[in-house]
Parts: sequence; structure tokens; C-alpha cells
Amino acid sequence: METVKLTIDNKTIEVPKGTTIHKAARELGIEIPVLCYMRLDDLNIENKPAGCRICVVEVEGRRNLAPSCATSCEEGMVVRTHTTRVLNARRTVMEFILSDHPKDCLVCAKSGNCDLQSLAQYLGIREIPGEEIAEMSTYRKDTSPSIIRDLDKCILCRRCEMMCNTVQTVGALSAVNRGFMATVAPAFEQNLEHSTCTYCGQCVAVCPTGALTEVDHTAEVLRALADPAKTVIVQTAPAVRAALGELFGMKPGTLVTGKMVTALRALGFDYVFDTDFAADLTIMEEGTELLDRLQRHLSGDKSARLPIMTSCCPGWVNFFEEYFPDLNDIPSTAKSPAQMFGSIAKTYFADKIKVDRKDLVVVSIMPCLAKKYECQREEFSVNGNRDVDFSISTRELAAFIKQANIDLNNLEDGEFDAPLGESTGAGVIFGATGGVIEAACRTAYELHTGKKLERIDFTELRGLQGVRSATIDFDGLPLKIGIAHGLGNARKLLDEIKSGKSQYHAIEVMACPGGCIGGGGQPPHHGNSEIIKARAAAIYEEDRNKPLRKSHENPFIIKLYDEFLGKPNSEKAHHLLHTRYFDKKKKIVVKH
Amino acid sequence: MAKERIQIMVCGGTGCTGDQGEALLDNLKLELEANALENSVNVVKTGCMGLCSMGPNIKILPDNIIYTGVRPDDAREIVSEHIMKGRRIERLLFTDPGSGEKLATEKELSPHRKQLRIALRNCGIIDPESIDDAIAHDAYEALATALTNMKPLDVIKLIKDSGLRGRGGGGFPTGIKWEIAFNNKSDVKYVVCNADEGDPGAFMDRSILEGDPHAVLEAMAICGYAIEAAKGLIYIRAEYPLAVSRLNTAIRQAREYGLLGTNIMGSDFSFDIEIKYGAGAFVCGEETALIHSMEGDRGEPTVKPPFPAVSGFREKPTIVNNVETYACISPIILKGSEWFSSIGTEKSKGTKVFALAGKINNVGLIEVPMGTTLREVINEIGGGIRNGKKFKAAQTGGPSGGCLTEKHLDTPIDFDNLIAAGSMMGSGGLIVMDEDDCMVSVAKFFLEFTVEESCGKCSPCRIGNKRMHELLEHITKGKGVPADLERLKNMCHVIKDTSLCGLGQSSPNPVLSTLENFREEYEAHVTVKKCPAGKCKDLMEYFIIAANCVGCTACARVCPVGAISGERKEPHVINPEICIKCGACMEKCKFDAIIIQ
Repeated sequence: METVKLTIDNKTIEVPKGTTIHKAARELGIEIPVLCYMRLDDLNIENKPAGCRICVVEVEGRRNLAPSCATSCEEGMVVRTHTTRVLNARRTVMEFILSDHPKDCLVCAKSGNCDLQSLAQYLGIREIPGEEIAEMSTYRKDTSPSIIRDLDKCILCRRCEMMCNTVQTVGALSAVNRGFMATVAPAFEQNLEHSTCTYCGQCVAVCPTGALTEVDHTAEVLRALADPAKTVIVQTAPAVRAALGELFGMKPGTLVTGKMVTALRALGFDYVFDTDFAADLTIMEEGTELLDRLQRHLSGDKSARLPIMTSCCPGWVNFFEEYFPDLNDIPSTAKSPAQMFGSIAKTYFADKIKVDRKDLVVVSIMPCLAKKYECQREEFSVNGNRDVDFSISTRELAAFIKQANIDLNNLEDGEFDAPLGESTGAGVIFGATGGVIEAACRTAYELHTGKKLERIDFTELRGLQGVRSATIDFDGLPLKIGIAHGLGNARKLLDEIKSGKSQYHAIEVMACPGGCIGGGGQPPHHGNSEIIKARAAAIYEEDRNKPLRKSHENPFIIKLYDEFLGKPNSEKAHHLLHTRYFDKKKKIVVKH
Repeated sequence: MAKERIQIMVCGGTGCTGDQGEALLDNLKLELEANALENSVNVVKTGCMGLCSMGPNIKILPDNIIYTGVRPDDAREIVSEHIMKGRRIERLLFTDPGSGEKLATEKELSPHRKQLRIALRNCGIIDPESIDDAIAHDAYEALATALTNMKPLDVIKLIKDSGLRGRGGGGFPTGIKWEIAFNNKSDVKYVVCNADEGDPGAFMDRSILEGDPHAVLEAMAICGYAIEAAKGLIYIRAEYPLAVSRLNTAIRQAREYGLLGTNIMGSDFSFDIEIKYGAGAFVCGEETALIHSMEGDRGEPTVKPPFPAVSGFREKPTIVNNVETYACISPIILKGSEWFSSIGTEKSKGTKVFALAGKINNVGLIEVPMGTTLREVINEIGGGIRNGKKFKAAQTGGPSGGCLTEKHLDTPIDFDNLIAAGSMMGSGGLIVMDEDDCMVSVAKFFLEFTVEESCGKCSPCRIGNKRMHELLEHITKGKGVPADLERLKNMCHVIKDTSLCGLGQSSPNPVLSTLENFREEYEAHVTVKKCPAGKCKDLMEYFIIAANCVGCTACARVCPVGAISGERKEPHVINPEICIKCGACMEKCKFDAIIIQ
């Protein structure tokens, strides 16, 4: 590999050609502050428009300061990163940025987790010169079912644009207007709701300020809890337990399953259940559907199309309904675990505890923002009563716990309630990319072959590579599996299917890079992919420690079929646990 | 009559065309027909002749007589007097603003005396819509020379040796740019002509494209041959309809003649040109922004390196040169690098086209050797300051440049001297200001332009320039404090130092150079709250000198807001609380009793 040698702050370093000054400096232990720049190493995601100009440094021989995030090291370069000239420039530029940023940190959703706020503190800004005559760029606030855009707070880092276009290939957000009024918005400045947005929330996950935030449903949940006439039950998605602790100062990757259960109980939820239970149920339905379609397909039934694709991820569902409506018969018809949970809770469980569904409130705690939209889908309600009433994110839950003065760090571990709280390791791994298909393989293998699966860990299905594939031997039948996380990667697999070139029998897709652990509702990763990796490790750790690790072995699932559903893919199961998809391709309608 | 064919050249530049030039052209033809002269007198619509403020202009050949300010109705007299009787029409001759003399021929004309036309060589001389006319004036001869007698590297060496530097603003050596693109081996390369001229008051490129489009097409083909590219793109703003139409005509004609397309002049070299339209964003004159705009993306710059010559349009090696740069290429090929480098100063060779504007008598387009002084440009070519006022400053380089003052009048104008003086060559706008101009307002004016035209990508340009503009506004309103000047200076330095592209890096220049050269004017605004030039409305007060006032009441009667009171035959007074500073009273007063304080 070709290398170059340079000097940064009087220290010499040799780095591979093409390394940025910022990275080389970091290797020397020199931290150059950044704002717009963001890199998620293992996910191959990078944002470097070199627009904020905070990371500028002095390069000998150059007339102007250079952005260290976007300037490559060159042989013999002499760089100075913290001279008075640089410090003054950084401060002045920061004052410019702050002069066009609202000062409502007291009520801002991002306060405490805001990159801009941290940077202002780091740079020691205590006043903004000329503030009294500074006009602010203001824009119409836009609220969609999942995401709020408050562009007054946009600093034009363009991270959301990069996520939406380059990573997700959704194309809902891009830079509009010029100069002082430049901002990021859907085409023709339509509302997000009328754009191609899938509500994957990756724009929110990377927004350094409060310009993009989730629609907060904590207040509604609080009201339901306060209402004595309501029975309020909660379900928690697998990825939440692997990330919630971060918002309480714990090391990334700390599992807080038991503490979370105790906290939810302390918040007043009548029953604390687990979406993992419904994940096991999903495997029963989806796995059965897979085997059925596979067998029909192999026996020559043309109506049985392959590959089958997973359908747990609401961002992904929105994506194919928008961009590939002609492939609507490809994904599994199984509802997402969260919706299966809602459906079972408001039928089977409601009957059990003799509560009318109207008085039963189902809350889901999700790492996801598309779930907020998902619960609002008409097909997921009965006479206007939603199966899942509210969905709140990991971040909203953390804020709620703090509000209630609950010290998560010092809570005893609690246990989920029965019957909808029992799950296997297969349900847990839904939270990481590759997990759903691995869980499906564990069950489908045994159902298909009738043999006991010896090797439970399909490590070949794990990892962070954007598109992965593996062939699993189903006792002589080589089952070809494809995995994609990130919608841009999913698009590649869909294009293959469309052109008839797909070689897969089954494909798992998660809209968010890393899967649910990297979801749009998770604590901010601030561009550190180690955090996402630590969450994945935590998920697999929980799986390893579970006594049962295959969905079909979950005794409560077996009981549910015995008592209520009959068998997987039965008529009743179809009615309650399956859905259909719609053509939602947007026509361009300019509406505000 | 038949001994030499007479030609009437009618200026077809945008200014003259816009002032009934077309009607003049039609009338001339009708008059000639009426006198059965249509076969012996040729009427030609040319490109800009450069005397824009005096148009519409015509030139009669072979007499070489120039008539200015010609109205359509003058056609009859021109034909009956000049053409038929050989008598000059005195009233249509150019009047020298200095001497009051009537000047007739191009050689006599004061604006032309100091000029040397290389880029504008054919403007105003040929019919820009006729390729035959262009060829008769040596068009495509340089391309033929290059294709038959030179290797690509010979062309590059010649351009390098000539010392030609980019005329778009940066002044990067053209030959070196071509060499970089040549050395970057690639299956596909592009030659781009940057015709996104956007400086307020600048029309050099437009005039070349309107007056001599083949000069640009030929040079792009030569560049294509030199760097081994087969595709040329002209990025032109859609607001230049005449230039666009003449370019389209020229491209069509060149294709018909086999001067563009496959196997040009029977050689192995193939080259064609396509026009790409810009929507008129100033920032798209920056080469990376221009390329993104051509690619269909948002027109905003990206970090260099990589330079376009390495990775440009569609990530292929791309040469982006300005119109005027291309217009210099063919003469260099034909006359040699030594000829070109003998013109100009040590590090700036050749000539430069300037669009003269502002408080100057001869507003228009000029081309002078590098090294000509500002004094020569203003006094000799420009005919001095209008209304005999005093010269105060000249802004070069448009909104990205700075102002030159009296002390710079005898500095030879070239790339490096202008930068040393705190300004820049830019694309060649030259705006002259007189004693009535407030330099704080001038800086504010230019900054307003950059605030409008910033793409918004980087924060110093997007927000910093806006803040600077607000502060200047504050100062011109009399609300500034002395500390604001230091703040202003710091903002200038940081914006220059940290902005992403040339637009932001140069946008503080007008502020910085006026702060430097007219500090006392700024100080007057922030300390005693006065505008020395009397331009800032908020800082002036109308005042009646009691000794001069006869009490005629004319001022009180004309005042629209009733701010003036006083008894008849008694001195009047203006109430500054009510006065809206419209100036009507001062205009009305016959006794010079009203002054601005």
C-alpha cells in the first residue's frame, strides 16, 4: 500500500495514501472537532460535504484553511490543528452557525444529545455577537405520522440527505433553496407525508440537532396510564434492551432487560410483555409460509413465487409498497411481531383477562420510528380501535423513565409477565440484521427435516456486510438465503428479483443499517459504529443465555396454538396474524 | 460605386439590439432597396462593437466611419447623404467627452486608441451568423494548423509558452491545466466552456459569443485535440438568448462544413459540442458547481482536489476554461507563443477584456494589453469621469473583487498587481465610482449580491455573509459602534479563510478593501454618524441656511409631509422628526438655501 508521511502538530506520521487529515490526526491522539462529518466505519457510511467548516486546519503553503475531514494527507504536508488562527476561525464559524439556530434548548427533544450543543460547550461560546440584529432563517414546521421536521434547527450538515439518498435510496430529502434559506426538504417542499419517505428514521438517527425528531407519544401513554378505566399493557422490542442503558450512562452493549421490566412496571403498566414472544409467533407463521411456498414451488406450482421476503420491518414494507408495488406478492404476508402482539393481545389476552378491547391499551416500545406509522395503518385496527395503540421509541422511554425519577442503574431485575412475555433466543435475535432469517432457519429446519438441529448458531448469517448470502443445508436441500440491511442494499436484491436473476429462496430485509439495533428510534450513535456492534453482541449474548432458542419450542406459543389459533397458517391465524400490501407509489402532487 | 463594395456594419450586441437596432437594420435595407443600392451595399449585423453606452452604433466600411446613437429614422439620411453623396453626418459622429471634438474613424476614436483586440478580434467586424464570414477572417485556420502540423503535446507546449492564464477569474495557467488533463489517461475526456458569466455589469463573454462564436468553437476543438477529448460542452446561462441562438447557428454551420463532428478535416480527430443551459446561479461559474449542475445535480461546489482536470464531468478528466480564454487560443496558434507573450507584463501575458461601467463617460467593452494602467483605462479609453466629478475608486473583479483607489491609478493592471492591491482580475468587470459614492454602501451592495448568490452549502458563506450584510446595514443606518469595524474585519478574514469555494473565499473582498482604503468613511458612519458622501439616507439631515433663505415658501409647498414651516419672507426651518429626506425641497429651492448635513 502506498503511504505518505506528514507532520501534524510537530508529530510525524505515516498513513496510507488517501487518508484524511482528520483520521491521521486522530491516530496521533489529536482530536479535531467535527460537525457535519460523520462516518460509520463498518457500515461503509460516510458524510463529508465539508460544509460546516468547523474541522478546518492550517496546512503550510495553502492560502486558506483546509477542512480536515475532506482533505487527503500528502507527502511532506505540515499541518497545524489548533493554532490561534484555527481556533479563532472555528469560534467565529460556530458563532455564525449559532446565530441562525433557535435557543430553545430547554424544550428541545435533542437537548443533552445534541452535537451542536456539545460543540458550543467545547468551544466555550458564551454569547453570540450581533445576535440582536441577526435575522433567523425560518421554515414551516412539518409533522408526519412518525417524524417532525423543524428546519429552523437545521444546520445543513446534509447527513439526513446522505442517509436518505445514498444509503437508503429513498430520495425523500434533498437540499432545496439557496444561500441563507438553503435547507433540506422533500421535492417542491412538500410535507414528508406526501413524499416517498418510508419513516425508517435514519435521518433522525443521524441528525446532529433537533431539526429531525420523532413524534413523541409519551404524553398519550401517560394519559392512558393515569386513566383507571384502562388496562395498559406494554411490549418491548428486542433491540431496546440492548441500547436503553446507553441513555443512563451505561457502556454500549449493556443488556438491561430485567431493569427495563422493573422500570416499566414502576411506570404503572399493568402487564409488561415482550415483543420477543410475538417474534416467536412470527417465526411459526413465516417459517410455515416459507416451507409451504418452497414445497409448492419445488413441486412446480407457478403461483408459489420465490424468494419469500421477511416482512417484520415497517420501513421496509413502506419501501417496497412505494418503489416495488408490482412485487407485493413476494414478501411474506405475516404481520410484524409488534402487530401480531397487538392482535393477540386484543383478542386472546383480552378475553383471558375479560377486558373489552376498547379498554385495553397496547403500547409498544420500539427502536423504530416507522412503527409509529405502522400502528396508524387502517388494516391494523378493528372498528377504529388500533391493535397497537401507541408506539414509543427507546429514546422516548428513557426520557419517560427519567421523568418518573426512576434510577434505572440501581433497579432489581424483573421478569416479564406471562403469557405474552415468554420468549426464546430466536425471538431475541430479531433485533440484529440476519436474526430473523436465522430464527426462521432454526425452526424451518426442524419442521422440514423432522430432525434435531445440532448447530443452533448460524454465524454465517451474522455480520455487518450490507448484502450477505449463505446456503444452508436443509438435509439435502440447499436453501439459499440472502440478507440485506439498509434500503439501498434491499433495492439491489429487489432489482435482481425484478429482472429474474435472483437466486435466493428466502431473503431478510431490515431497513436500518445494522438492523433494529441501529434503528431510527435508538439512542444516538454519534457516528460511532462500535456502538452498533456492541448492541449486536448484546443481542446474541441474550440469545446464548436463553434456555430455549427455537421459536417452536416456546411453551406459550404451543399453548396459544392449542387454545386459540389451531395451527400455523390456519384460517384464524391468517385472519389475525397476516396482512396484505398496497400500491403506494407516489404521484407528484404538490400539497402543503 | 462599383470599385469597392460598401458595407454597413450594424452592431448586433444585446444593448444596441435592445435599443431598436433591429429596426435600424431593417430601415437601412429598405432605404437601400428604395434607391436600388441593395446589390452594391451590404448590411451586416455584427457582434458588439464596444461603445455600448452610445448605441445603437454602425460602422461604414471601407471609410471606417463610426456613427453612434443612430435611430431607425436616421437610415434615410445615412443612405442619401453618406452612401450616395459621400458626406459625413456630423451629428451622428462620436463626441469626445474630454475635448468635445467630433471623431469619425475607428483609429481616431479615443476609446479605441489604447486598445488591442485579440479575444474581440472579430467582434463588430464579422457577421456572427455567417461561418463564411468567420472563415474569411481566419476562423478554423488554427484548428487546421494544429491537426496537420502539430501533435497534441506541441499544442500544449505552445499554450504553456504563451503564458496564457485563465480569464475567468483565477488566472491559472491554461497550458498547465491542459497538460494535467492530457496526462490523465482516460477513455473519455471533456472540454467545457464556462459561459456562465454572472458578475453584475459584466458582459465580456456574452459579447464574444454573440460577436464571434466560431472563435470559441474552434478553440474548444483545439483543446479537445490537445487533451485527446472528443466531446465539448458549453455551459451557458439561459438568460443569454442571443448568444445561445448564435452558438446554435455556429455549431450547426460548423457541423455542415465538417469542422465539428467525425474526422474533422479528414483527420482522425473527431469532436462535437453540445450546449448545456444554466439557470443563472452565480455559483455555477465555479467549476465544480458548474460540473455538478451539468450532471443534473444541485449546482454547488465540492472540495478540490480532485481538480476537474483529474476528475470532472462524470468523473472524467475535464478542462473547464472561460469563453475569453478560448477566444485567445487561435491567434496564439497562428501567430506563435512569442507574439502573445510579448504582450502584457512579466507574469500576465496578452490582453484582457473589461466591461467598463459606472460613473464613466464611455461605458462599454474594451480589450487592453495587460499592464495598462487604471488611469489610461479611465481617462483615455473611458473618457474620464462623468459630469467632471472626481474619481474615487474602481471595483475590479465584480462582487469578488476589491476597490482600487487613487493611489492605484498608475499601477499596471495584471493578475498579480490586482491581488497585491487587495482586489482581483475576476472575469473583467470594472466599475468606476466617483466622489458621490459611499464606500460603505458600495461594499453593502456587492455583499448583497453574494448573499443572494451563495449556494448555502458552507456555513461561513451562507450565514457569515448574511451577518456581515446585516452589520453593514446597521452601520449605514447610523446604528453602528466603533467596535463593529473590528468585528467586521474579523468576519471578513474568517469567511475568506474558511469558505468552501471561490465565491465565499472572495466575497468579503469588497468589504475588506473598502475598510482598508476608506477606513475614515466607515469611522464617520460609526462615530459621528455621518455619511461623507451623503448617500446614506438615515445619516443625513436637510437643513435650511437662514442667511440664504428668502422665505419664498416654495419648499414648504413642495414638501409632501409638511416638515417645513416658516412665515412668508422669513427664513424657514425643516423639522427633522417629520422630514422623510426625499430631497424635493432642495430641488425646488432657487437660492441654494437648503443643504444636506
